[in-house]
Amino acid sequence: MSLTASSIGRKVAMALSGIFLVLFLTQHFSINLLSIFSESLFNQVSHFMGNNPIVQFILQPILIFGVLFHFVMGFVLELQNSKSRSTSYSVYKGKTNASWMSRNMILSGIVILSFLGLHFYDFWVPEMNYKYVQVLPLDQNRYFEELVHKFESPVRVAIYALSFIFLSLHLLHGFASSFQSVGLNNKYTKSIKSFTTAFSIIVPIGFVFIAVFHYINKF
Amino acid sequence: MAKLESKIPNGPVAEKWTKHKGKINLVSPANKRLIDVIVVGTGLAGASASATLAELGYNVKTFCFQDSPRRAHSIAAQGGINAAKNYQGDGDSTYRLFYDTIKGGDYRSREANVHRLAEVSTNIIDQCVAQGVPFARDYGGLLDNRSFGGVLVSRTFYAKGQTGQQLLLGAYSAMNRQIGRGKIQMFNRHEMMDIVVIDGKARGIITRNLVNGNIERHGAHAVVIASGGYGNVFFLSTNAMGSNVSATWKIHKKGAYFANPCFTQIHPTCIPVSGDHQSKLTLMSESLRNDGRIWVPKKLEDVKAIREGSLKPTEIKEEDRDYYLERRYPAFGNLVPRDVASRAAKERCDAGFGVNKTGEAVYLDFASAITRYGKEQAHVKGLNEDDPILVKKLGQQVVRAKYGNLFQMYEKIVDQNPYETPMMIYPAVHYTMGGVWVDYNLMTTIPGCYAIGEANFSDHGANRLGASALMQGLADGYFVLPYTIGDYLADDIRTGPIDTNHPEFEKAEAAVNAQIEGFLSNHGKNSVDFYHRKLGKIMWDKCGMSRNEKGLRQAIKEINELREDFYKNVNVPGKSNEFNEQLAKAGRVADFLELGELFARDALERTESCGGHFREESQTPEGEALRDDKNFTFVSAWESKGNPSKAKLHKEDLKYEEIEVRTRSYK
Amino acid sequence: MNLTLKVWRQPNSETKGKIETYKIKDVSPDMSFLEMMDVLNEQLMSEKIDPIAFDHDCREGICGMCSMFINGEAHGPDRLVTTCQLHMRKFKDGDTITIEPFRAKAFPVIKDLAVDRSAFDRIQQAGGFVSINTSGNTQDANAIPIDKHDADKAFDSATCIGCGACVATCKNASAMLFVSAKVSQYALLPQGKVEATDRVLNMVNQMDEEGFGNCTNTGACEVECPKGISLENIARMNREYLYASLKG
Repeated sequence: MSLTASSIGRKVAMALSGIFLVLFLTQHFSINLLSIFSESLFNQVSHFMGNNPIVQFILQPILIFGVLFHFVMGFVLELQNSKSRSTSYSVYKGKTNASWMSRNMILSGIVILSFLGLHFYDFWVPEMNYKYVQVLPLDQNRYFEELVHKFESPVRVAIYALSFIFLSLHLLHGFASSFQSVGLNNKYTKSIKSFTTAFSIIVPIGFVFIAVFHYINKF
Repeated sequence: MAKLESKIPNGPVAEKWTKHKGKINLVSPANKRLIDVIVVGTGLAGASASATLAELGYNVKTFCFQDSPRRAHSIAAQGGINAAKNYQGDGDSTYRLFYDTIKGGDYRSREANVHRLAEVSTNIIDQCVAQGVPFARDYGGLLDNRSFGGVLVSRTFYAKGQTGQQLLLGAYSAMNRQIGRGKIQMFNRHEMMDIVVIDGKARGIITRNLVNGNIERHGAHAVVIASGGYGNVFFLSTNAMGSNVSATWKIHKKGAYFANPCFTQIHPTCIPVSGDHQSKLTLMSESLRNDGRIWVPKKLEDVKAIREGSLKPTEIKEEDRDYYLERRYPAFGNLVPRDVASRAAKERCDAGFGVNKTGEAVYLDFASAITRYGKEQAHVKGLNEDDPILVKKLGQQVVRAKYGNLFQMYEKIVDQNPYETPMMIYPAVHYTMGGVWVDYNLMTTIPGCYAIGEANFSDHGANRLGASALMQGLADGYFVLPYTIGDYLADDIRTGPIDTNHPEFEKAEAAVNAQIEGFLSNHGKNSVDFYHRKLGKIMWDKCGMSRNEKGLRQAIKEINELREDFYKNVNVPGKSNEFNEQLAKAGRVADFLELGELFARDALERTESCGGHFREESQTPEGEALRDDKNFTFVSAWESKGNPSKAKLHKEDLKYEEIEVRTRSYK
Repeated sequence: MNLTLKVWRQPNSETKGKIETYKIKDVSPDMSFLEMMDVLNEQLMSEKIDPIAFDHDCREGICGMCSMFINGEAHGPDRLVTTCQLHMRKFKDGDTITIEPFRAKAFPVIKDLAVDRSAFDRIQQAGGFVSINTSGNTQDANAIPIDKHDADKAFDSATCIGCGACVATCKNASAMLFVSAKVSQYALLPQGKVEATDRVLNMVNQMDEEGFGNCTNTGACEVECPKGISLENIARMNREYLYASLKG
């Protein structure tokens, strides 16, 4: 891909894959949110997502590619960037001119990656196993149960919450930054920034809220 | 005196340049490829000349001592560049620009050169706009102008307070294009150590690589010196720390006559000296005088209270202020030429009215401009013109848009807010009108060696008008030298590459090495700066804003002694084969120590007052400068005879055919 | 005031450097930072120690030659100033000040605090110009009116002094702010639009070859830039670059 051969190309690729992941996150969040309001609706939508061939065989691979691409590219960039200064400063006051989030995307990224590992292990692996390895019979109503089941352990809920704090930090820089990367910085930037900041805080809190909601509900 | 042949073409002054261009020899494109030209310096003149020569097809080698050509001190020029475009329709013309420049120069410049300058001035603006130089524009999208000292029209094009930067970056970009094409070979961090003259012709230079200390030989068919002025002979000046006379001094010692060394411009609006540690002075653009009013208190007790800190300048009533420029020069007011404004400030401070602790500062006040603009804005916006807070706010916005960067710079240095309290300013050495003598083709008395921009003497006479330095630098570099140099090089198309193994190269290189070894093995007790500061003090006290015979004689004696002491007791640490700033500085100060003496000798010789050169013995009863046209309508051109005390004076008589020589009055 | 200075000393590009500690007394708050360095150098020379090499020239904040990383920040703690315009009143008696060169792989150290920024020149040579020759016959300067807002923006971009503070500050040593300022200046003017495609592709290509890092939009460059060059320039360059790449 010639675009990723240049620094700006890589930056744009990061931004576009990031925006794509944000869209996915929004979609994921909307479905999760349903679990609070209606068990049956949640099951219905989850079943659709889990068995619709377009979602399963076109969108899901794209998503996996997007995730992998974003992470791999993130690591490649970090590696390149670390090489651009051979001797490091003995005193470097990064915090005076840039936010913690912007300087630690790799850190928040790694936390999110680890969480994704856990998340795949929790949901995606059993799901694949259920559908394609063991080929168990379709059960339209299993999704809600599985979801609630996962939030029974307080430790799991805590890990979940912590990961979403890092996701929030990642988004606080990354979401707004992706607009800058694709060349959008004009009179609307302020509004975009407000929107992305709100999104980066509300959506992760929403995810955590859903988890805590189910955790509390079991009592 | 056959050597001092100015080669001014015959005919009416307005036709000389066109006719001359039509008649001079040219070099064919195929032959240009066989010719090498060296350019020393990358300011406006050097950069524009390098780019244009390369575009024409010559092989150009360009040298600068800074780490990039973009750092040359032209970058610091603030106010603007003049051009007779008459975009404002206020009666400007080539003739008027020509006339103003001759008059501003106090009738000590060459008519033909100045007219040519005025003619090509309009081309400069076209060229720069085409290069993408972002000049200030008005809302209709056309170029804006402002007014500068000593003229009655608005002909100054500007880019906020960074005009020099924008023009230099324009020329730098033109150079970059040619460097990319391989037509210019750029040598950064290289200092010219000497010129090599073979059979009477300039054939190359010796340089020192400032990073590793290597001494290198570079041959060429012509050498162009564009190394700027020598204001740093005063130690404290608005020049850059590295600005030096060495390139021009070296060619002077090898045969180029040095013209009018005593013509130095002391700029009236600089930030005053704050203490002994001061390493340089900072200019506040002359454009500020468009809107700022200069004053000192009328009463000495107010001055005392201000110095003690018990009274603020804003508390002094209008009737207790002495707007001395408006008082003395009602026609031009605060926009009198620089030499006049500087002397007037000195006169007030000498009389005890200086407003800072050292007694060497006057106020430059924007309060009335802020009110005036504020009222105008309030009127335009339909707001209350009588609300002082609103008016001040609106007025400050206008002033910020015009001079924001200058105000910010002032605040950073002085730690006072110039929007609230008047600026303090004092004159400082800024520009040197004198320089290497050149003929109409800009060639020095060494055949094949040219001098352009501030390095030569030709266009500004005894005083330069504001916004004319940029004009001259670019005129020489873009539009004059690239054509006139062909006249000389046309005879060189069969010479072939210059052999740098020639004995003259060896001799020059050996002399350079000997000087360096001399410095490094001296192990004296005083640093280079110690001598530079001392020299600067002698120059400022005795060859500064006003000069007299006694002081000048003393200066000559003191400089001689200082020079002797320098060679005995200077300490230059480090080695020759490394990055050694002290060593580079030592060479430069050595040359200043010689130039300083020639400077004082020239000032002593010229017993009249003219432009920036004010001899106390020659003034009117009101204290204005008094010229002596009968005896001094000439350019003094000094021929080196080794030691500056032995330099021989030649005179080029100035003839005024187009302009009647009159007493310069701005009253 | 009295200060302790920790200064990076490195004899040349091949030799490893280290921090040395020096004491300096009676510093006046009105001194500029470089004047303080002058005093220190005089002191070192009197003690027979090699003076500290540092780049500086105009000392009025416009040439872009001075380049020190002071207490963890490019051009020190003050904002919108170069090192030469930083004044000692920004420090307190008894302070310890760490002074390092601008660090980046693309800016190798020459000696002590002086670095080689010729990578910037090479980027400009790759396309930072409008390809017109000098002639007396270009069209009249007022032939093309330019929207004042665009002209002003182009000017703002053009005020970059090429000091390299953006690179020195950036955690990735990216040169995007510098390059984008030039690209923007020309992109905003009709004179520069003609060769906009080639310009942005060539300049970015050269920037990448020089070994600068990637931009991650931390915005540190904009904060530390002595001339306040805006991040908008980077966005504009991204846009220009995307457009140019798609155009091919």
